[in-house]
Amino acid sequence: MKRVYVNEQWCLGCHLCEYNCAFANSGLDDMVKALKGNPIFPRVHIEDDGKIHYAVSCRHCTDPLCVKSCIAGAISIEDGVVRIDRNKCVGCLTCVLVCPYGAVAPGPEGAAQKCELCLQNSCGEPACVKGCPNNAIVYEER
Amino acid sequence: MAEYVIIGNGTAAVGCIEGIRSADKESSITVISAEEHHVYSRPLISYLLEGKTDTERMKYRPADFYEKNNVKLLFGRAVKCDSKKQVITLESKEKLSYDKLCLCTGSSPFVPKFEGLDKVKKKFTFMTLDDALALEKVLDKKARVLIVGAGLIGLKCAEGIAERVGSITVCDLADRVLSSILDGECAAVMQKKLEEHGISFMLGDTAVRFEKDKAVMKSGAEVGFDILVLAVGVRAETELARQAGCDVNRGIVVGTDMKTSAENIFAAGDCAEGYDSSVEANRVLAILPNAYMQGRCAGINMAGGTAVFDNAVPMNSIGFFGLHCATAGSYPEDGEVYEAHPCGGIKRLYIKDGRLRGYMLIGDVSRAGIYTALVRERTVLDEENMDKMKKIPSLAIFSSQTRGKKLGGVV
Repeated sequence: MKRVYVNEQWCLGCHLCEYNCAFANSGLDDMVKALKGNPIFPRVHIEDDGKIHYAVSCRHCTDPLCVKSCIAGAISIEDGVVRIDRNKCVGCLTCVLVCPYGAVAPGPEGAAQKCELCLQNSCGEPACVKGCPNNAIVYEER
Repeated sequence: MAEYVIIGNGTAAVGCIEGIRSADKESSITVISAEEHHVYSRPLISYLLEGKTDTERMKYRPADFYEKNNVKLLFGRAVKCDSKKQVITLESKEKLSYDKLCLCTGSSPFVPKFEGLDKVKKKFTFMTLDDALALEKVLDKKARVLIVGAGLIGLKCAEGIAERVGSITVCDLADRVLSSILDGECAAVMQKKLEEHGISFMLGDTAVRFEKDKAVMKSGAEVGFDILVLAVGVRAETELARQAGCDVNRGIVVGTDMKTSAENIFAAGDCAEGYDSSVEANRVLAILPNAYMQGRCAGINMAGGTAVFDNAVPMNSIGFFGLHCATAGSYPEDGEVYEAHPCGGIKRLYIKDGRLRGYMLIGDVSRAGIYTALVRERTVLDEENMDKMKKIPSLAIFSSQTRGKKLGGVV
């Protein structure tokens, strides 16, 4: 299956992926309305320790700890994509406790959220990849 | 075709079913459930009372779970286990034979023999869905509630009912709240949050005797109440395992393959005492993720596979009134403790011999899983990376090559 991969040598640390992600998942069709002045909840984040930058988002692990650990049974795998059922999630953040990549975080309403490859939103393909100016993030089979 | 029997219908049982079915799609699986419910998430009962979920959404697996996995769900209580004949007897006298058995019997509330407890009418434990529904029936805006036990169960109960009762007092013999997962510094932060929401504490003190609507404490103090919740602790359900001749300690002793000492009998979940890699010894780890992973490991092995679960560590993610807390690992007294106060919260890292052994985060729990992984995988860090790790959990502590595998490969 296609996943999002990061080539850190190409990452400029520009954080555009975070903005594109937050917009794609906002449900709004105007980027300014979605993001300007609002706290944003991207599902990808840039880690930066001064020397290097790279984007981190859900790895869609083949044997995901979050799925096995979710106390509500709210996380499942559908055709290889790890998905969170926001309706079932109670926001206990056990998924945050166990994800070894730090790729899950609470969303605006407290339920956990993470990258679901933009398959359910209007973007239809990962917005972080589409908007990455240096092709540091790619969406492909490996 | 094998006959698989699972006693218990909680998280470990689901793990076991999914483990079996990953290797064996055909053989029959029978689940014996003492509770007459579709499998639900036990830790969600406090959220149910709080109105954050309902009995439908609490289902731990979808409504068609048993059907899809070709599982026969039998409501009843197993009362006898003959490990020689490989036969289980139910309370109804019905008998079931098995080729492979998994005990997922969980734990039950431990209620000490308090003098006068029989005089208390409205008394509850807080473990099952039925417990929560029974408690819900007596909640009213004027009720004074006394909760005995300031552990995870007692405090989640307090949070769940806080808006629906008049007052809540929590007592515990321990000198701090959540004493099983928090040290004094962290417990104080959490206690303050709970107190801000009207919950009062009597710590280092506990009820010794009850009258109809009053508890007499060890200190001699008296606490009036209308509703009593007993959340002193839990005990592994090991009776069937004893009968079957399995080695039993605090829980049913299992190896890293979830086999008990009795042939063809496995155990998983809160009833089992499995390997805890953080202390390098067997221990009951009554936490939900552990139940699932043990169950799954048992299931795979019951179906002839070779699964091993040897890296369990204690870990908890729990929040009260919006203040989150994440903890994992062990807390050696002879190592270094790094403390910081990000965003008004508290963070304490327990470090020894170049390894993060355990941590407590209250407030900001972002990317806590990176810390948990360092504990679980026993990662040794050099001085530079140790400093980076202390500041913030991030993948920057790994080499570019290791990170390349994590972010550039299928994991």
